[in-house]
Amino acid sequence: MTRAVLLRALTKNKFVASNIPRSLSVTNLSRCISTLILAEHESGSIKAQTVSTVVAAGSLGESSTISLLLAGSGSSLHEAAAQAASCHPSVSEVLVADSDKFEYPLAEPWAKLVDFVRQRGEYSHILASSSSFGKNILPRVAALLDVSPITDVVKILGSNEFIRPIYAGNALCTVRYTGSGPCMLTIRSTSFPVTPISADSQSKKATISQIDLSKFKEDSVSRSRYVGQSTQDTERPDLGSARVVITGGRALKSVENFKMIEKLAEKLGGAVGATRAAVDAGYVPNDLQVGQTGKIVAPELYMAFGVSGAIQHLAGIKDSKVIVAVNKDADAPIFQVADYGLVGDLFEVIPELLEKLPEKK
Amino acid sequence: MSHHRLIVRSQEKRKCFCFVLPYSFSFCHRTMKILVAVKRVVDYAVKIRVKPDKTGVDTQNVKMSMNPFCEIALEEALRIKEAGFAKEVVAVSIGPSQCVDTLRTGLAMGADRGIHVEANSSFLPLTIAKILRSLAEVENPGLIFLGKQAIDDDCNQTGQMVAALLGWPQATFASKVVLDNDKHVATVDREVDGGLETLSVDLPAVITTDLRLNQPRYATLPNIMKAKSKPIKKMTLEDLKVDIKSDIEIVEVTEPPKRKSGVIVSSVDELIDKLKNEAHVV
Repeated sequence: MTRAVLLRALTKNKFVASNIPRSLSVTNLSRCISTLILAEHESGSIKAQTVSTVVAAGSLGESSTISLLLAGSGSSLHEAAAQAASCHPSVSEVLVADSDKFEYPLAEPWAKLVDFVRQRGEYSHILASSSSFGKNILPRVAALLDVSPITDVVKILGSNEFIRPIYAGNALCTVRYTGSGPCMLTIRSTSFPVTPISADSQSKKATISQIDLSKFKEDSVSRSRYVGQSTQDTERPDLGSARVVITGGRALKSVENFKMIEKLAEKLGGAVGATRAAVDAGYVPNDLQVGQTGKIVAPELYMAFGVSGAIQHLAGIKDSKVIVAVNKDADAPIFQVADYGLVGDLFEVIPELLEKLPEKK
Repeated sequence: MSHHRLIVRSQEKRKCFCFVLPYSFSFCHRTMKILVAVKRVVDYAVKIRVKPDKTGVDTQNVKMSMNPFCEIALEEALRIKEAGFAKEVVAVSIGPSQCVDTLRTGLAMGADRGIHVEANSSFLPLTIAKILRSLAEVENPGLIFLGKQAIDDDCNQTGQMVAALLGWPQATFASKVVLDNDKHVATVDREVDGGLETLSVDLPAVITTDLRLNQPRYATLPNIMKAKSKPIKKMTLEDLKVDIKSDIEIVEVTEPPKRKSGVIVSSVDELIDKLKNEAHVV
C-alpha cells in the first residue's frame, strides 16, 4: 500500500519534473520563432505571394521575427528591397544578396544561398510561397539541411503543426514537424489573404542589410545556365491573385471563341483561366491552366464556361468564394460544387452576359 | 608464387582500367544510362475515401496504377533511348511487393530492366531521395527522370532533393527536353508561373516532368509478354544503407469541408440578379 503510494508519488514527481523543462522549452520555442522567407520579386517590386507568406509567418507564433531574403542583382533588386521593407508591418528585417550569381532564379546557387544565410542567423522556420519558384528551390535547400519540408500549407495550427491538402485536395492532412532542424514550409498564398494595412503601420520600415557574400562558396563551375524565358504579357490581373477568374474549357472549341472569355474577363476586371483540355487543345498558353497541376485560385467570383469539372480541375478552384458554372450538360460534375449553375449553351450565354452585366473598373 | 602473379595481374588490370576510363567517358552518350523513378499510387480517376478513424486514405481494394507524372518521365527516357542518345533505361520503384506490377508496366512500355527496393512502410520524399542517391551511386546514370509530383501526397519534392543530395543540377517541371550529347548538356523548357523558362544543365542531371512533356505510349500485348522475362532486381534498405528519416508525423487525415449545395438558375437575368443581390460579387 505505502509502496504503491510512494511509487505513485515518485512517478508523479517525475512527471512534474520532466514537465517543467518541457513547458519551459515550449515557451522558449514560441519566444524564439525566427522565420526566414525566401522572397520573390520582379521588376523592382515584391510579389503578392511573398506578402501572403509573410502573413502566414506571422501566425506561427506570437512574438516572432520575420526576415525577408531577396537575391538578385542590379537596381531592381534594391528597389524591391526598399518596397519589401514596408510591405507588411511584421517584417523585421530585409536581407539583400546582390550578385550576378542570383541574376536568374537557378535552384543550385539559390539553395546554397539560403543555406548560407541560415548559417549566419538562427532560424526556426524557413518559408517560401508555393509558386514554381518556391517549389523548385525549397526542397533542394531542405535536402541540404537533411530536413523534410512541408508543401502547400493551407493552415497553420501552431509553430510546428500544419494542414496541407493531399490527393488533389480531396483530403486534408494535419502534420506535425518533429525534426531538429529548421521547419521548412511552402505556403499556398490563396489561403493567407493579405488584409489592407492601415496607413500608420505602413510607415513602419524594416531594416535593410546587405549580406556579405565574400565567404559564399559556389561550385567553381556553374553546372546550370539560364537560357531565356517566354512570358505571356497580359494587362489583366495575375491569375493567382485575381478577384474574379473566368475560365473556359474544351467546349469553347477554338482560339477565336476563347476571346469571348477574355472579353468577359475584361468586363469584370478579372483574370482568364483554362482547363487542361483547353490548354492541350492549344486555345491558350499553359500558364493559364487552373487545377492541381496548374494554378490554384481562390477568387471572390469564379465562373466556369464549358468546364466539366474533373477532379484535378476542382482541386484548383475549391476555395473560391462563389462558383458559377455554365454548361450544356446538366450532369457535369462542376454543378456539384457550383453556387449558381446555368444549364445552357455558352455561345448564347456569354454574349448575353457581356450585354447585360454592369460595367466594372 | 602463383598467388603473387595473380595479384600483379589484377593490379595491371586495374591500371588498364584507369586508362580506359577517360576514353569511355568521352563516348558516354553511347553508353548513357537513364534512371527513372516510378511510384505506385491510387489511380487518378478513383474518388478517394478518407478512413473513418482519420489515419489516412483507404487504399485497400482500390485501383492502383503508375503515377501519371512518372509515366511521362518514363516515356521521355524511352524516347531519348530510341533517338540513340542512351543505351539503357532502368525503372526503379520503392515500396511494397505490389510495386513489381508498376515496374512490369514500365518494362512493358519499354524499360530495359527494373529495380524494386522493397519497403513495407511509406517514406517521406527525403528518404526516397536518399534511396535514389544510393542507387545512382551504384548505377551511375547520366540522367535521372522523375515526375514532378506524386498525385497522392502532392509533395513535389523528391526530384529536387535527389539533385541536392547528389550535387547535380536540376531542371524541374520540364515540358521539353533536348539533349546534346557531345557537350553533355540537356536544354530544358520549364513550366513556370507566367510562362516558360529555358535552362541548360550539364549531365549528369535530374529532370522532373510536367504533364505537357509528352503523351505516354500504351503497352502492346506482345510487349507486355516480353516484359515478363525482363529482369527486376530486388533490393532492400539494408543493401543500400539508407537511414530513414521520419521527422514529420501525420496527426490526422480528414475530408475537406463540403461546399454548400448551390442552385440551378434558369436564365442569364436570374444569374446576374443572384450575383448582384445575393452574392454581391458583381
